[in-house]
Amino acid sequence: MPSGALSAVVRCLHSSAWLLACACLLLPVHQAGAAQIRIDAPGGPAAVAEAIARAAPGDEILVPPRIFHEHDLLIDKPLTLTGSPGATIDGDNEGAILTIRADGVTVRGLTLRNVGVSYTKEHAAILLHRARHFRIENNRLENVFFGVHVEKSHHGLIADNDISSQAREEAYAGNGIHMWHCSNIEVRGNTLSGLRDGIYLEFVDDSLIHGNRSHDNLRYGLHFMFSNRDTYQHNEFTRNGAGVAVMFSRDLRMIENRFTHNWGSASYGLLLKEIYDAEVTGNRFEQNTIGINIDSATRIRYIGNVFHRNGWAVKVLGATYSNTFTENDFLANAFDLAYAGHLNDNRFSGNYWSAYSGYDLDRDGIGDVPFRPVKLFAYVVNRTPEALVLLRSLFIDLLNFSEKVSPVFTPDNLVDPQPRMRPLHD
Amino acid sequence: MILKVLKYSFHDLNRSRWSAVYLLFYLALGSGLLFLNNDLSRAVVTLLNVVIVLTPLIGTVLGITWFNNASEFTELLLAQPIRRTTIILGQYLGLSLALSFSLVVGLGLPFLAYGLIRSTAIFEFLLLLGVGVLLSFIFVGLAFAIALTHENRVKGFGYAILAWLFFAVLYDGLFLIALVSFSEYPLERFALIATFGNPIDLSRILILLKLDISALMGYTGAVFARFFGTPLGMTLSLTALLAWCALPLLHITWKLRRKDF
Repeated sequence: MPSGALSAVVRCLHSSAWLLACACLLLPVHQAGAAQIRIDAPGGPAAVAEAIARAAPGDEILVPPRIFHEHDLLIDKPLTLTGSPGATIDGDNEGAILTIRADGVTVRGLTLRNVGVSYTKEHAAILLHRARHFRIENNRLENVFFGVHVEKSHHGLIADNDISSQAREEAYAGNGIHMWHCSNIEVRGNTLSGLRDGIYLEFVDDSLIHGNRSHDNLRYGLHFMFSNRDTYQHNEFTRNGAGVAVMFSRDLRMIENRFTHNWGSASYGLLLKEIYDAEVTGNRFEQNTIGINIDSATRIRYIGNVFHRNGWAVKVLGATYSNTFTENDFLANAFDLAYAGHLNDNRFSGNYWSAYSGYDLDRDGIGDVPFRPVKLFAYVVNRTPEALVLLRSLFIDLLNFSEKVSPVFTPDNLVDPQPRMRPLHD
Repeated sequence: MILKVLKYSFHDLNRSRWSAVYLLFYLALGSGLLFLNNDLSRAVVTLLNVVIVLTPLIGTVLGITWFNNASEFTELLLAQPIRRTTIILGQYLGLSLALSFSLVVGLGLPFLAYGLIRSTAIFEFLLLLGVGVLLSFIFVGLAFAIALTHENRVKGFGYAILAWLFFAVLYDGLFLIALVSFSEYPLERFALIATFGNPIDLSRILILLKLDISALMGYTGAVFARFFGTPLGMTLSLTALLAWCALPLLHITWKLRRKDF
């Protein structure tokens, strides 16, 4: 025990020493090159490209409020690019606008618009390649192909940007924030709309995505592929093709997000596919065709979520093990749960189900009769989707009732043994 | 003349307190629902279940009992120089209108009081009322047709209840069996046509699709939404409901022409 504590202290000291060293290294650079370069100043550069060429590492370039028609600008040294309100770089739909291949670059307050669409190249308003410690803040990216495209970069911040486009078909639309082989990125407070995916992560680890609004995108609001140990919280996903898709990833935390109006014949709030060890806590799923679509997920904890007026609150497609649902509210969904395959060791306990009609004689807040969340009709619809035309007919109600009294078709161990009498959230 | 008979039947039903009880029931249901849950669109969904099951049932039962009870008076009228169709159609219209009146007022008042006008669910609610009214007409007509066909009152009553049971429950059972046993085949077209075979199903689908449940149905839903969502589909399904109203009436007039009272 003491040796463990000691090594922790050593590690701590070690890391702070490293930080200090970094600061010492960075500081002189900034002091030496703290020059500001004003575009359009007397004797100064007249274009952004010229300003970048003239700047020394560490300089700040001030972009005045007018429209520059420039594209394929390359930043290959640590610079800060600051736009005054109204400072705009128009790419005229010709390729990419800003490419960054250096560490310590900041881009803020700029409006970048009209990025060229390509079928072979991933043109972006801002492309970061092998860059560390970057900051992309308070920019407006309009009519983009890709918005911010980050490759093999680490320790960066993408905050408070407004990224939009008018994507119509997936084949020639790009993603708002596209990250590939990155780590330790913070994506905060951005608004993303009209794109293919709002935010896309592929091989991105240890990153935080919070407070973003992703709406009206063609495919997903947020999309994870092969990304581990990431957290997303307090985001809002509205009216996307589907809210969030999480695939082939592990150790993710999904906390207090809102998934609303992801409504369409193949739509859902949250898709989990090949996921291990994740936490889904305190989220709100409202009016989605499917709240959570679970296709092969293992060791997932669903705690304190609210499912309100969804078609299916939760749909489990199979190959799902050790999932636990506790303290969730299932309110007025057409189906609370659709389930294919065996129950395995998945567990439902202590949830509130608005369809529950049991009683609580000992008044401890827990219903005395177990609740069966899978209705027979849900089972039938799983096998014959067309049968859904009979939804809410008297015959189906009778069918569900008789199945409830004596279960024959639905797995009889699929119960919530401790259904709550009152919802936990409002 | 037809109006006179209509007025008489309407007032007779009002005097017999049946429509008052019916009206009070809907008043209680509407206000109770809205008292428990202030959400108008949710209330419309709950009402849907009640309206599509209950209006046909009440229509059938009241239709057949009232027709049988009024038979002596009908015979008296028949002795007068009035056409048979005028008498029976007048009675039919009077009864259907009385039931529809109870439905519309009984549900309309509480919903108006809870701010229907400002609500987004107003169209769905009006559709629900319209469908309820049509269902009343259809099933009163069916009951009259059955009563005219069967002299034996008990038998007639049995057949009428059976007819209701068939449309409200059995039809869907057969429908489901057909869907499940032929699930390997594309069934959208079949499902679409099968809904037209039952006025209760047709009404239910019409309203459910307006409540945006279509997205749940995947491909079938898309086919349905495309069909019922267009003005053509809407007109076609309302026409189908009107045809359902006309069908028993045709049978009634045909029966009346050859019946020997």
